[in-house]
Amino acid sequence: MLVETIRLALRAIARNVMRSILTVLGVVIGVAAVIAMVTVGQGSSEQVTRDVAKLGTNVLMIRPGQNTMGPRSSVTSERPFDLGDVAQIIRDLPQVETASAAESRQMVAVFGNINHRTTVQGVGNAYLVATDWPVILGRSFLAGEEQAGRAVCILGQTVRETFFGAANPVGEKIRLKTMSCEVIGVLDSKGASSFGTDQDDTVMIPVRTFQRRIAGSTAVNMIYVAVREDVPTDLARSAIETLLRDMRRIDPGEEDDFNVIDMKQLATMLTGITDVLTGLLAAVAAVSLLVGGIGIMNIMLVSVTERTHEIGIRLAVGAQARQVLAQFLVEAIVLSLMGGILGIVLGLSLAAAAARFMAIPYTPDPLVVIGAFAFSAMVGVVFGYLPARRAARLNPIDALRHQ
Amino acid sequence: MMQDSPPLIALQGITRVYGQGEAEVRALDGVDLTIRTGEFVAIMGPSGSGKSTALNVIGCLDPPTSGRYLFNGVDVAGLDRDQRALLRRHYLGFVFQGFNLLPRATALENVELPLIYKGLSRAERHDRAMRALDQVGLSGRSHHDPSELSGGQQQRVAIARALAGAPDLILADEPTGNLDTHRSVEIMELLGQLRAKGGLTIVMVTHEDDMAAYADRIIWMVDGRIARDTPTARGKSHAG
Repeated sequence: MLVETIRLALRAIARNVMRSILTVLGVVIGVAAVIAMVTVGQGSSEQVTRDVAKLGTNVLMIRPGQNTMGPRSSVTSERPFDLGDVAQIIRDLPQVETASAAESRQMVAVFGNINHRTTVQGVGNAYLVATDWPVILGRSFLAGEEQAGRAVCILGQTVRETFFGAANPVGEKIRLKTMSCEVIGVLDSKGASSFGTDQDDTVMIPVRTFQRRIAGSTAVNMIYVAVREDVPTDLARSAIETLLRDMRRIDPGEEDDFNVIDMKQLATMLTGITDVLTGLLAAVAAVSLLVGGIGIMNIMLVSVTERTHEIGIRLAVGAQARQVLAQFLVEAIVLSLMGGILGIVLGLSLAAAAARFMAIPYTPDPLVVIGAFAFSAMVGVVFGYLPARRAARLNPIDALRHQ
Repeated sequence: MMQDSPPLIALQGITRVYGQGEAEVRALDGVDLTIRTGEFVAIMGPSGSGKSTALNVIGCLDPPTSGRYLFNGVDVAGLDRDQRALLRRHYLGFVFQGFNLLPRATALENVELPLIYKGLSRAERHDRAMRALDQVGLSGRSHHDPSELSGGQQQRVAIARALAGAPDLILADEPTGNLDTHRSVEIMELLGQLRAKGGLTIVMVTHEDDMAAYADRIIWMVDGRIARDTPTARGKSHAG
């Protein structure tokens, strides 16, 4: 009898193509919207987490000047650091694995007749260690090159492709301003940062070379510190703050004239932002789910008149109320299932396409898929079933008269 | 002999009241009526005389407010909704003025409808439905939708649906009400033939004398009561 009921339901669905499509459409759109939006939102969140992990979560950044996030006090002097400070941090603090100055400037690099505007960074090998950024072709800086401030450079993937395509650039010379610079290595690709900038569009040179040939000063405006794995960054942070206050002779009670940024904190903050965005997307999706639900409800209610008459006919020829209801229930379930499965396929495809387009990870959440599906299916079944139940309880003649 | 077996239908003091208080309408007001197996009875009367209500009560589509209704000796008042559905399923067939076919189903599917609820296999349903369509001369139209059939053809599909379940009693509510004279005569002759062949009992509501003339007994109703109960010429000749 169940097989027969399912067959009847399928027949009824096929026979009422327009109504079936409209009903299914509500479920499809609702399920697809929620799955797509939430999946994309969670993908972005995941992307931020991965980006920050790429920067290195056990990395602290030190900048001169007070924390720019708070209101500035009058005592700021923005005294820059110098390479001696970097050396002292490494030497005096056991919590620190390594540290590197990191200066940067936007400028034009030239190879042959190609001009390319890029970010030139003055760093030490320690920077590549701290940011976990390996050289995949050639080599990193030699100690002698760093010490002497030699004109050597390591290219990011974007610069390498712009100048050399797939060819091996090691040993070639590029020009930065007036400085001719030998390419000694190529960095691994790092992709876009969470802020959308292309991290691979860079040329790295030793920090002393940068100071002498490009900046023309010994100032250090950014220090990257890699904290030892077994040391909590909070601890390292306060040790650095104590050391720097001492080195810079800041009296107790006076504010720091430098600030230490914990990448872990940054990660937490960014993840917080994307979580809010995911929440917003989910809210929008929930609205579309609701609208889809109302669509289903409307179609079902509109067809009640026609269906009431049909129920009257079925009762007249000897159907029992529960047989009619079983048929309507199965019909609603079959419709909702079809819509739900279509919606899941569509939603996941949309999310996958968006993930590829936005270059974010594709992380479908089974809970969201099941939740969206359950809601739509419930709406479909409830609004397919309740009017039928009301009709089946009428006297057959009243249901028949319902024109 | 015949008197020993109970009549097919026995209504005793049946009333059917709609609404309450001021708006109360007594559609049936103490109807006593006996119909024997094989009879062709026409119920006539002005609008609002209760003739359709009487038919619906007989057909278990509408429960009476009070009174006794014995079908084949069984008290219908003692049956619940599901049991009344079973009674309709196994003993009754309906033909309505408005045909009441499922619009999005073929003629064959419409005729099969009561057989589904009888629990017949697909093959058996198909056979019986095709035979019923053949009886009403529409076997060639089995795969047409009602919208592709004329009014007369639709009514014949409805008759085939009523016949397919092999009922004891066919209840027809103004079966020719929506048809022109020519088609009406066809339908009436069809009903007459079917009765002649198979011992069917037919109760028909009509307001057309020409159609009532096909019956062997005419019951006149006025204000929810039976005013007259007379045999027709045809009925007299049958009796004679």
